[in-house]
Amino acid sequence: MNSIQLPLNENTVLSLKVGDPVSLSGIMVTGRDAVHKWLVETFIKQTRPANNDDLAIYAAIQPLLVGGVIYHCGPVVSGMETRDYRFVAAGPTTSSREEPYQGDVMKHFKVMGVIGKGGMGPQTLAACQEVPGLYLHAIGGAATIIAQTVTRVLDVYKLDFGVPEAMWVIEVSDFPAVVTMDAHSDSLHTVIENKSKAVLEKLLALP
Amino acid sequence: MLDLTTPILELIRLAATDLPPDVEAALRQALQHEAPGSAAYGALETILSNVELARQVSTPICQDTGTPLFYVHHPEGWSTRRLREQIEKAVVEATRRSFLRPNSVHSISGKNTGNNLGDHHFPTIHFTEIEDETLTIDLMLKGGGCENVGAQYSLPDAHLAAGRDLPGVRKVVLDAVHKAQGYGCAPGILGVAIGGDRGSSFSASKEVLLQKLTDTNPNAQLASLETRLTSEANQLGIGPMGFGGQTTVLGTKITNLHRLPASFFVSVSYMCWAYRRWRMTWIDGEAYYD
Repeated sequence: MNSIQLPLNENTVLSLKVGDPVSLSGIMVTGRDAVHKWLVETFIKQTRPANNDDLAIYAAIQPLLVGGVIYHCGPVVSGMETRDYRFVAAGPTTSSREEPYQGDVMKHFKVMGVIGKGGMGPQTLAACQEVPGLYLHAIGGAATIIAQTVTRVLDVYKLDFGVPEAMWVIEVSDFPAVVTMDAHSDSLHTVIENKSKAVLEKLLALP
Repeated sequence: MLDLTTPILELIRLAATDLPPDVEAALRQALQHEAPGSAAYGALETILSNVELARQVSTPICQDTGTPLFYVHHPEGWSTRRLREQIEKAVVEATRRSFLRPNSVHSISGKNTGNNLGDHHFPTIHFTEIEDETLTIDLMLKGGGCENVGAQYSLPDAHLAAGRDLPGVRKVVLDAVHKAQGYGCAPGILGVAIGGDRGSSFSASKEVLLQKLTDTNPNAQLASLETRLTSEANQLGIGPMGFGGQTTVLGTKITNLHRLPASFFVSVSYMCWAYRRWRMTWIDGEAYYD
């Protein structure tokens, strides 16, 4: 098990390879569908104008994202009424939906780690090589166990997107994941997809 | 009429935080088939620890508490309007208590209602009047990750060389499992409906998942196809979480519906390993859960 303190750095990222289990401690930011679309449209492709609120959030999150980790997660959060937020359940969501955005977000902010489930495609893999960065696979559905690694909720942005879609800034201790896409162009997901495709072809040929 | 809000709230809590015994047993059995030290073994170990912990501390097994799907079977004389009100009240309270994540999003404005209600589709409630004197409510929580990998095929399918027969059904279901890879939180459970129109077919492919994994299909042909599909899906080697391994699917359930001469749909509902479904039975003023 590789114990890793966040933020990441180039040496750490380059030293890790597909199959390596990691245990992460430090600060990470959740972000999923609405956040990725908003980041790309507002700050990267700039197809919609940024208002003052957008710019204030950008200033707050940008330092967290340099060498930082984005976690594809829509948590269950308690304490909504008192703003004494606690993560109750916080497993990963399916990452492939962020494929159209992820590479651009990684390159723009120099995000070095993306956590999710199910893996991602060629654009993200290319960004992992360029930035460099890693795709870290958490165990889908293991929401109670993962929530217990979240020691504090430090902040929340874009709560207007709703609880699951907001950007939650969290501090974690020993967050478990496995590297499934690395900075050396290797992806476990491509390997499994191709292998299973070959088996499928054989099965489809049977009566 | 009786107010069932409190027992329904308990049904929701159970469904969100406690995996049914047949599913947990299937996951434990799957662990025996994976090589210790492999990523697949590690994933299943984490899954099982998570199940135990969620039960113990009464928090959601998975943060995506999904679409709450209620199936109410009621004797004559119950008001479905009042039952709907009680179910909705229980859903709101379950959300407030963090048993459910606020999951109902307006499709145009993007606004989350915050309480898991939303027009007349959220939560989904099916009512059926029965001759029997006992009211039952089944609840299934189906998350978005696995819902997204569901698929519907219109046979014949030239690309897969799948004709309008059970061998054709077998081919398209295997194709759906391959396409799902690890996106829907494998190992999954397959709900398959053959026939119907597009709507009834998808509905039936979910309803068939209300059965227990240990139930046997009364139709021998379908029972044998279920066994074969589970075994062949596992040969694909996708494995838990798509990490590779022996367990891609925990079970397959197939049902059939009458269809139009022109249509032959096969619908596949993929259920993630967090197969959350419980039944409440109301007998003599008391709720029983299984």
